[in-house]
Amino acid sequence: MATLRSSFDPRSDAAAANRAAMLERLTEIDGLLETLNGGGGEKYVARHRKRGKLLPRERIALLLDRDSPFLELQPFMAHHTDFTTGASLVSGIGVVEGVVCFVSANDPTIRGGASNPYTLKKALRGHEICVANRLPLISLVESGGADLPTQADAFVPGGATFRNLTRLSSLGIPTIALVFGNSTAGGAYVPGMSDYTVFVEGRAKVFLGGPPLVKMATGEDSGDEELGGAEMHAKTSGLADYLAADEQDAMRIGREIVRSLNWRRHGPGPTLPPADPLYDTEDLVALPSADPKVPFDTREVLARLLDGSRYDEFKPLYGASLSTGWGAIHGHPVGVLANIQGILFSEEAQKAAQFIQLANQKDVPLVFLHNTTGFMVGKDYEQGGIIKDGAKMINAVSNSKVPHLGVIIGGSYGAANYAMSGRGYDPRFLFSWPNAQSSVMGPAQLAGVLSIVARGAAEARGQEYDEEFDKNMRGMVEAQIESEQTALANSSRGYDDAIIDPRDTRTVLGLALGVVHNAPVEGAEGFGVFRM
Amino acid sequence: MPSASINRVLVANRGEIARRVFATCRRLGVGTVAVYSEPDADALFVREADVAVALGGSSPADSYLRGDAVIAAALATGADAIHPGYGFLSENAGFARAVVDAGLIWVGPSPEAIVAMGSKIGARERMEAAGVPVLPGAHLTDGESLDDAAARVGFPLLVKASAGGGGKGMRVVADAGALAGAVEAAQREAGSAFGDATVFLERYAPRSRHVEVQLMGDTHGTVLALHERDCSVQRRHQKVIEEAPSPAVDAALRARLADAAIKAGQALQYTGAGTVEFLLVDGTQDFFFLEVNTRLQVEHPVTELVTGLDLVELQLLVAEGRALPAAAAAPPLDGWAMEARLYAEDPANDFLPVTGTLTRFEVDDAVRVDTGVQSGSEISPFYDPMIAKVIAHGATREEAARKLADALARAAVQGTTTNRDFLVRVLRSPEFLGGEADTAWLDRADVAALAAPLLDAEQTRVAALAAALAGAAGRRAAATVLAGVPSGWRNNPAVPQVARFATAHEDELEVRYRYDRTGTQLVEPAGIVLHAVAADAVTLTADGLRRTYRVGPDAVTTPDGEAPLRKLPRFVDPTAALSAGSLTSPMPGTVLRVLAEAGAQVTAGTPLLVLEAMKMEHEIVAPADGTLSALPVAAGDQVSAGDVLAVVDAPDAQRAG
Repeated sequence: MATLRSSFDPRSDAAAANRAAMLERLTEIDGLLETLNGGGGEKYVARHRKRGKLLPRERIALLLDRDSPFLELQPFMAHHTDFTTGASLVSGIGVVEGVVCFVSANDPTIRGGASNPYTLKKALRGHEICVANRLPLISLVESGGADLPTQADAFVPGGATFRNLTRLSSLGIPTIALVFGNSTAGGAYVPGMSDYTVFVEGRAKVFLGGPPLVKMATGEDSGDEELGGAEMHAKTSGLADYLAADEQDAMRIGREIVRSLNWRRHGPGPTLPPADPLYDTEDLVALPSADPKVPFDTREVLARLLDGSRYDEFKPLYGASLSTGWGAIHGHPVGVLANIQGILFSEEAQKAAQFIQLANQKDVPLVFLHNTTGFMVGKDYEQGGIIKDGAKMINAVSNSKVPHLGVIIGGSYGAANYAMSGRGYDPRFLFSWPNAQSSVMGPAQLAGVLSIVARGAAEARGQEYDEEFDKNMRGMVEAQIESEQTALANSSRGYDDAIIDPRDTRTVLGLALGVVHNAPVEGAEGFGVFRM
Repeated sequence: MPSASINRVLVANRGEIARRVFATCRRLGVGTVAVYSEPDADALFVREADVAVALGGSSPADSYLRGDAVIAAALATGADAIHPGYGFLSENAGFARAVVDAGLIWVGPSPEAIVAMGSKIGARERMEAAGVPVLPGAHLTDGESLDDAAARVGFPLLVKASAGGGGKGMRVVADAGALAGAVEAAQREAGSAFGDATVFLERYAPRSRHVEVQLMGDTHGTVLALHERDCSVQRRHQKVIEEAPSPAVDAALRARLADAAIKAGQALQYTGAGTVEFLLVDGTQDFFFLEVNTRLQVEHPVTELVTGLDLVELQLLVAEGRALPAAAAAPPLDGWAMEARLYAEDPANDFLPVTGTLTRFEVDDAVRVDTGVQSGSEISPFYDPMIAKVIAHGATREEAARKLADALARAAVQGTTTNRDFLVRVLRSPEFLGGEADTAWLDRADVAALAAPLLDAEQTRVAALAAALAGAAGRRAAATVLAGVPSGWRNNPAVPQVARFATAHEDELEVRYRYDRTGTQLVEPAGIVLHAVAADAVTLTADGLRRTYRVGPDAVTTPDGEAPLRKLPRFVDPTAALSAGSLTSPMPGTVLRVLAEAGAQVTAGTPLLVLEAMKMEHEIVAPADGTLSALPVAAGDQVSAGDVLAVVDAPDAQRAG
């Protein structure tokens, strides 16, 4: 197998500048994570602890196998919104008793763990991941239900959370609810719809309506404990399968449940001996250009991601702006599609369509490294059939059944984002580097297009074009797109699964491959009609 | 000329001494037979013997003291000789006679010599007659009044039991006023311990050393002295460190001691291995006869290491009727040898014996280790809790002490509390190294300081970190999914990994650690550099010091000492955490009858109450001996599964747990 050779000089001035820029972005990310881990703030965290309760991430840590990894997903959901960053839900993928599981935990220090529309979005993405990858779902529940002021946005889509739990169950994917506190109204259905339930004695309160609501509805006087106490549910209603003495006991029981799942993975798992790349993954913070207009070499990235830096490039001389080839990560064979010069031409699209079909023939997951400004435009290219060829690539990507893992390492614009299996194309996972930018087109181009169109319209009406207006308009549009295309902006909308430190890319992809192998890894048997 | 030939030896003993004798037998091509008690069924010496015979029983009286069964075992296995080791039947003249009567060879001195030395009063008399110096004493058997006898002996004096040893039936009396009471008490103690209440008075030398000479006699009239041993380092009459030669003995004194010992041996027509014990008055060249031990001593290896002789081989030779070899006649005195007795005992708790599983026991090859146990062996409550004798040899006393202390400090001795750290501190103490230790030194010394752990709290914390990291490495190596991902990797490192350990005396120690993204260096705790991390060893730099920590099942071993660190479970199962002795209802039912009252003393198996469930009666019995401290139910009560029915406080059970 061919080995990638690096010519990158990590001590160059350019590398230093790139590194400084990336580390600055990472510092911002780290600051956000620190705030995030502080939950609803010191006051609420202190109150929670005073009750002898663990924070959501502490609960998760105690549930997971010791020293096993945990990939937290969508931590920045709802950033830049009126809601708390993270959407009062912690979710991610970890290992419990040797089983790769999806774990989600309400953060009760944020508005009592109540769900807002972003919480729902995050929960639903979790369900998608569980279905696609056959991951058992463990919910660590402590939530007051819907955040009532947002009910208009939450009520209708919220119903899917109940439905999804039982659909997971019907697919043979276990659902386990460990209830640590309030789980009322809508929240009551999380244990209600789960295969296994563990309630913490004296803490779990699970009812459709609490004492005030019952009083209003029927006039009946009742107490918390008799309406929804853990002991009542364990001994009387039967909603609780296990009564845990305390939080750690709930984790213990939860782990025992997973141990007894008789869980089998359907993918083959790693089939090759793993090997570290030949080059330092630290360089990955110095590779992406500080100035997004300055291109950088994606093969240098691959040399730091692939096992042994080994890469068998497919069709290297044809459509050279997109590199396709075979390698492995953590011993899992992968096919790679990596933008090299940013632009997709007809040849690149054709090559990609062929390569994706090959990967499906041999059941090999695909890794997409996005750094693309889009499909080429212009007379020659339109006449050369760029739409037809782009359609071939999109056809192949859309109908491909092998798992797709995407990392946006630079730009990802326009239809090229789709063709590279962008979020709209249901990749199993999509991650962004902090420098990632993604939108329909670049801010300057988009503003320029609007300007040209407006100028044309003015001229058609015989009016004089207002240059001052044009300048302001372009500035405003550029600023808007600039802020909307950032990794953080897209991540806060749930358009990726996490922003990752570039140095973690190999680890994250290796982990994600370990996750996708929980489900069968099988290629498509048919594709759409390829327009020739 | 040999009068007989030994081809197969039965060792009427257990543990390290049985293995010690077997080792020589193997070297000489002699077959081996072990006898064993129930608790020793899996013991190393039993497995190593060519043939083994169960004696039954767990108490010595039911097993190793059953002379008839031992002789029967020898006859059944075709053994032609019996070696008694030390203790048990080794100084039982009746047994020695029975062995000979059965047509077997007795590897030991004549029954007559054993009898003669079995009575301390008799021994004193014989030795005095033979010209061996004895302490002024009075036998209280010739009608002399106690006060007169005491006045003749002089104060302070010692009241000693004529039979037995080990400090039992022994009293120090400072003046005439305390005499009568001390004699009575000593008589009582001796009577109950040895079945012989005879006591005698002897001058007490408060500052003295215990010096003993190794004797070896053959049936051809030769009695040899194989130099002296010094066993002055004692704790309450229990030997702690033994060495050869004695730091208090020069060549001239050595010659006088040998001369006295040979006189003693000749007076007894002594055959085989024996030891003449002397009291050497501190700071003088004056020594006095104490007693003769008519067996191979526990501390015989130090003599072997300085003389190059195999004392067991000489014993067998003599038993066969051969003459002692020329090499034994002029034994070399090569360098210095020192032995430490490693015990499963708790120095912090008045050296009380400790039982348990010795989960790991490894000592460096640079020293000799005589032991009956290995990693995984049980230290049972039935026998002396000695783990091993560790013996070092050096060109000088300092070198021997240094090697012995170093080997002990580096040793892995895990799973039970031991006196190891105490031994190391004794060996490194200026008093010991100065050769100043008399027999009362440890009784005067600050034992708590000498028993302090070799590793301090901070070193223990680093060791615990090493243990935690080794555990992590083991878990990562065993991971079946996401195995290629770095240890404890997080994209949002919010919560560190936690490992909890029980250190000495069950103190809990929690370690928090967090790896960086590569899983090869730590972010927390700060200031640690990792060089190599594996499931059994961790090399790291802490406070600028790079060390390798060997991680065992119950401790972390370093060249400077060992930190006991037993992994604590991550989760507590509350059903298992019920107060010990709680009896819970096995199923829902009705209490039919209550058969005991709260506060009553119960023994294991005592029926406490009867439960009716599903038309069946279930008897609930006491799980252990103890006090029925609670019985919260009455006849007719409905109980659920898991409800507490009774609590039995069983102190023994709790301690065992």
